[in-house]
Amino acid sequence: MKPETLAADKRPAQPGPRRARPSSDGGGAAGRRRNRRRTLMTITLFLLPALVLFVLLVLAPILLAAYASVFKWNGFGGLPTNFIGLDNFTRMFEDPVFLGDLWRGLILIVLSLVVQLPLALGLALLLNQPMRGRAFYRLLFFAPYVLSEVITAVLFTMFFSPERGLANEMLSMIGLEELSSTWLSDPSSVMYSVFIVMTWKYFGFHMILYLAGRQGIPNELIEAAQLDGATGWKVFRHVTLPLLGPTIRISAFLSIIGAIQLFDLVWVLTEGGPIHSSETMAITMFTFGFGRYQVGYASAISVVMFLISLVFALGYQRFVLRRDTEGAITGMRDQR
Amino acid sequence: MKSFNRRSVVTLAAAALLLAGCGGGGQESNNAGSGGGASSGGKVTVEWWTIHNIDPMLGVWNGLVKDYQAKHPNVTIKVNAMNVENFKSKLTTVTQSGKAPHLFHTWGGGVLAQQVEAGLVKDITSDIASWSDTLSPVALSAYQIDGKTYGVPHDLGMVGFWYNKKLFAKAGIDAPPATWTEFLDDVKKLKAAGIAPIALAGKAKWPGHYYWAYLAMRVAGLDALKQAAETKSFENPDFVTAGQKLKELTALEPFQPGFLGADYDKPDGQAATIGNGKAAMELMGQWAPSVQRDTSKDLGEDLGFFPFPAVEGGKGAATEAFGGGGGVAVGADAPPEAIDFLKFISEPDNHRKGVKTGAIFPAVKGTEDAVTDQHAKLVTESLNKATGYQLYLDQAYPPAVGQQVNDSVAELIAGSKTPEQVVADITTAAKSE
Repeated sequence: MKPETLAADKRPAQPGPRRARPSSDGGGAAGRRRNRRRTLMTITLFLLPALVLFVLLVLAPILLAAYASVFKWNGFGGLPTNFIGLDNFTRMFEDPVFLGDLWRGLILIVLSLVVQLPLALGLALLLNQPMRGRAFYRLLFFAPYVLSEVITAVLFTMFFSPERGLANEMLSMIGLEELSSTWLSDPSSVMYSVFIVMTWKYFGFHMILYLAGRQGIPNELIEAAQLDGATGWKVFRHVTLPLLGPTIRISAFLSIIGAIQLFDLVWVLTEGGPIHSSETMAITMFTFGFGRYQVGYASAISVVMFLISLVFALGYQRFVLRRDTEGAITGMRDQR
Repeated sequence: MKSFNRRSVVTLAAAALLLAGCGGGGQESNNAGSGGGASSGGKVTVEWWTIHNIDPMLGVWNGLVKDYQAKHPNVTIKVNAMNVENFKSKLTTVTQSGKAPHLFHTWGGGVLAQQVEAGLVKDITSDIASWSDTLSPVALSAYQIDGKTYGVPHDLGMVGFWYNKKLFAKAGIDAPPATWTEFLDDVKKLKAAGIAPIALAGKAKWPGHYYWAYLAMRVAGLDALKQAAETKSFENPDFVTAGQKLKELTALEPFQPGFLGADYDKPDGQAATIGNGKAAMELMGQWAPSVQRDTSKDLGEDLGFFPFPAVEGGKGAATEAFGGGGGVAVGADAPPEAIDFLKFISEPDNHRKGVKTGAIFPAVKGTEDAVTDQHAKLVTESLNKATGYQLYLDQAYPPAVGQQVNDSVAELIAGSKTPEQVVADITTAAKSE
């Protein structure tokens, strides 16, 4: 028994106090418990401020929203009382606007993955080549990401203005008048206009991610491939791309989560219009909560949004990011 | 000097808060018991949330607050001015805790009714009985629910067509239209002359609802709109007819290019389109000239005003006006000083100070003489002739119904919903409340 206890004592990384006063209590089970309690208290003490904030600002609102989502409640005066079970949720999945939100979210995600991320990747690789003014271009392409969403949106409402917007002016200057459109005013094209703005705003961020990832790839690998006779495309396909894998997976993850929660950019650009054709889940939630004062229903939408994000995030981590996080997690487990 | 003032105000406020905190329970029960009797003489802080966050009105209110505090040294009025969107979301957040500010802005109607139902607003009928007859009855009616008064008005206006006289003349129109048929003819004439007849902010939705609302008033009458709210059913053939009339208009494609994405008060929005002479008219409230001026140009003499035309065979008269104003509601646990302050700002001379700026319109009897602006006079003249009054539908009805009206009418104008579907959708929203 005794040697085992000693061994057990050594295994966990004991904090300072234990080592500072090694044998004042003889190192028995009681002392170990006391020490463990001290450790726990220290941990709790350091965690407490963050924990209180987390519970107050993250957990409590989520629970409150979940609670409110099963009530019919206009948000005035005290807690909700009119319990209606899951009616808010059935109503949501019968509402063409909400179903449209899901469809539009999907379009945005697919467009982001197919257009925005490859564009960012291409630019990143281009800006990794030695060229004049490289730093300037990096800065230039990253600049939109630094702008606030609202400023970006206001800028683009002017850019897309059908009367005297720069977009139509530019098209007519290069002789493409027939392509000029009413951009944000046309229900059939508004989503694509919104996507243009999104791409402009966020491609710089993904570009920087890829650039950092690319710079983490040792040049020896590329040189080795070239020595073996690999051409530019083959080097990219078989060396650069696989080694950028972790970065791409993270950037796709951020891009998808961003698309699910998209609000401010679209709100300022179109308020979800015309006739709901650019509405996202977050905008539907806002208009019901603060426009129609149907806080119960809006809470239900927010709960669904939360669940979609949560399921996606967990699934993505479990199945896609597993390879990338494996080392970290299993490594920690080994140390324990 | 300035910093001294600010510090003293903060100290005062802090002291008042402390005092209020110490004697909180007792004072509250006192208020409830006496129903707003004489002031207790102790320090009182009255919090006031207003949407007049820019001059000239913010300056006027601050001036009146100063005057009032000079007369009543024990009272501090804390003005909390914010823009409309901030005000709405902040009030919603605060009222979830079951409390409302002592004084807060209100447009009356359905939102106020919900706040009353939640016990957030004080019934001030008896408190203001001694002076309520100095207020314009039409203005006051927006804040009366089931015969009880919950707010005091300080603004009353109306919606009508603002038109560019020069563009009308260019299209060969000599007089503003008096009937819907004439109106449609004029729209055709303007189109033929190569002028966009109407500017509309499709993005904002609420300007579009004015058309349907006015047509519903003209075709179905004021009583039908009131009854629809009570029975929660808009299934009335007259409302479908109103939608069909609106479709007659939209079939002519009368709006400026790209109107579906246009905002109201942005540099290329509805107001600026009129101000820049790119469209001939807009259906808008009393504030239209000032927004045109702010976002583009002042048309001055060229800007005229005519009431919404009559619809042949309709139940409503062309003299019935549609619009709204603004007022102040009193929170359920406000001290009696709050109501006394409302009395103070409603004194004719004090009300004139606001009216004179042109930013608000007379809501107190006998202050019409303070209206000096040429455009404001046009509205006041029309209002004086009004034989009936309807509050904005998106204010009069519960918020969910009002927003549904805005949404559905926007869909009707964009051509994705039929007049029958509009009526059905609004009814569904009304029934779910």
